[in-house]
Amino acid sequence: MSLVQVRNLFKTYEGRPILERVNLDVEEGEFISIVGASGCGKSTFLRLLLAEELPSRGEIIVDDAPPAVEPSPQRGVVFQRYSVFPHMSVRDNLVAAEAFATPFGRLPRAKRAAARERAMATLERIGLAHMADAFPAALSGGMQQRLAIGQALTAKPRILLLDEPFGALDPGTRISMHEFLSELRAETPMTVFMVSHDLEEAFKLGDRVIVFDKTRWDPTDPTAFGATITYDFDARDGGIPFQRIKEETHVLRPH
Amino acid sequence: MRWINRKPARPLAVLLAALPFVALLLAYMVASDLRLAANPADKLLPAPSTIMETAQRLMTEGDRRTGRILFWHDTAKSLERLALGVGLAGLAGITFGLLIGLLPHARAMLGGFVAALSLVPPLALLPILFIVFGLGEASKIMLIFIGITPFLIRDMASRTAEIPREQLVKAQTLGASSLVVALRVALPQIMPRLIQALRLSLGPAWLFLIAAEAIASDLGLGYRIFLVRRYLAMDVILTYVIWITVLAYLMDWALRALSRRAYPWAETNL
Ligand SMILES: Nc1ncnc2c1ncn2[C@@H]1O[C@H](COP(=O)(O)OP(=O)(O)O)[C@@H](O)[C@H]1O
Ligand SMILES: [Mg+2]
Repeated sequence: MSLVQVRNLFKTYEGRPILERVNLDVEEGEFISIVGASGCGKSTFLRLLLAEELPSRGEIIVDDAPPAVEPSPQRGVVFQRYSVFPHMSVRDNLVAAEAFATPFGRLPRAKRAAARERAMATLERIGLAHMADAFPAALSGGMQQRLAIGQALTAKPRILLLDEPFGALDPGTRISMHEFLSELRAETPMTVFMVSHDLEEAFKLGDRVIVFDKTRWDPTDPTAFGATITYDFDARDGGIPFQRIKEETHVLRPH
Repeated sequence: MRWINRKPARPLAVLLAALPFVALLLAYMVASDLRLAANPADKLLPAPSTIMETAQRLMTEGDRRTGRILFWHDTAKSLERLALGVGLAGLAGITFGLLIGLLPHARAMLGGFVAALSLVPPLALLPILFIVFGLGEASKIMLIFIGITPFLIRDMASRTAEIPREQLVKAQTLGASSLVVALRVALPQIMPRLIQALRLSLGPAWLFLIAAEAIASDLGLGYRIFLVRRYLAMDVILTYVIWITVLAYLMDWALRALSRRAYPWAETNL
């Protein structure tokens, strides 16, 4: 069984269809890049995967469990902005990733020291050890996103959701973040969904690249129809221009 | 160069800042001189030197009957009422602000209610407070509390609602319960906002304190001002007014310093 099964998913906002008939199977450990025109519903799809919002129709099944109704540590997330807590030091942002699951969100003294040490080890790993006591506002954009990723991974999610995580970074920083993410993935196997507006990035990092687009279009009412997955590329062998459309495409599969 | 682009250099800025104070002082001195020249017994605009003497006498000499220095007793009593009223209001503001800002059920229930409450003029409730709580401490503290709490709750609620949704979701993906989101994500982030709101509330709080003391009290800065008004003791009134202004300024300064020290990460946003 696939780890993530998306079954005939629909999402409407105030009667306006955003996503329609989305079907997808994702195996454990796959890296899925999601691309599509701005406003076509990529973030909405991620919010549905996160269970921050619930589908209007259809369902998302993870690990054959009943569909989730709210976010949980099973699914970690990094947004383009506001992913770290501005009122905590860099180190405490990582300690929080362990402490938040406790009843009052604080670790007992004995465990705190150990959590701090683990946090320092992670900071060492993500190259932020020298900023341990700084507040996130003092970090550059790339550093903040490294921290956000480190924080999400500290909670050991099975699925990591990234919504344009490098969208606000300059090209050089973005390249080094790609390397950083590839290294992390080599160390910890996890299933990743990444929304990107950069095709090259999508093909470079992803095992698969899925494209959201509208298959039906009403010229008199552009919002009459929602988007669905129109292409599903195998991107493992180098991406552009070597991609192949996956044999078994998920487009318009009848249900 | 356009005036909107011209900035005063540092010495000029200091001079400009001092100018209105100096002008006010000069105007007062001239007016006082003129009146005293016409009638040396005039009580309306006492000379600055008289005010200084009165201030010194008020601050150092005890009451003839009891030996207590009323000035300091008035100050202590007023500050106690102010601290209790403002403190309780702050507590209510943060509690209900968090509830309304974070919990859709609380927002549905209390949002409209607090908005309606904030439209009730607090001073119009003062007679009711005197009837319900008597003429003692409770009614004065309640007036301050009722006067500033609706604003504090609404401000804290909207500050809580302003916290980026991303942070609340992130906390949940780290396993945080509603309580942990409130205590570890929302509360620390609105604390500096609370201090800011309290600074804005101090003005109204003083207003309500003095109003309550003027009407029914036997000690307190407001009480004293309204008491000596009967004897036209302008020198005493002015001493008290200046003292209240100084106290208000010191409180504002202390709150700002506290915010800077306790919440350094918030500095850039405030
Ligand atoms: N909470 C919401 N309420 C109503 N409309 C929404 C909401 N969130 C997103 N939308 C709309 O859904 C569409 C898709 O948004 P989004 O998923 O953010 O697109 P993108 O592909 O750029 O990430 C947009 O037209 C947006 O206006
Ligand atoms: Mg988006």
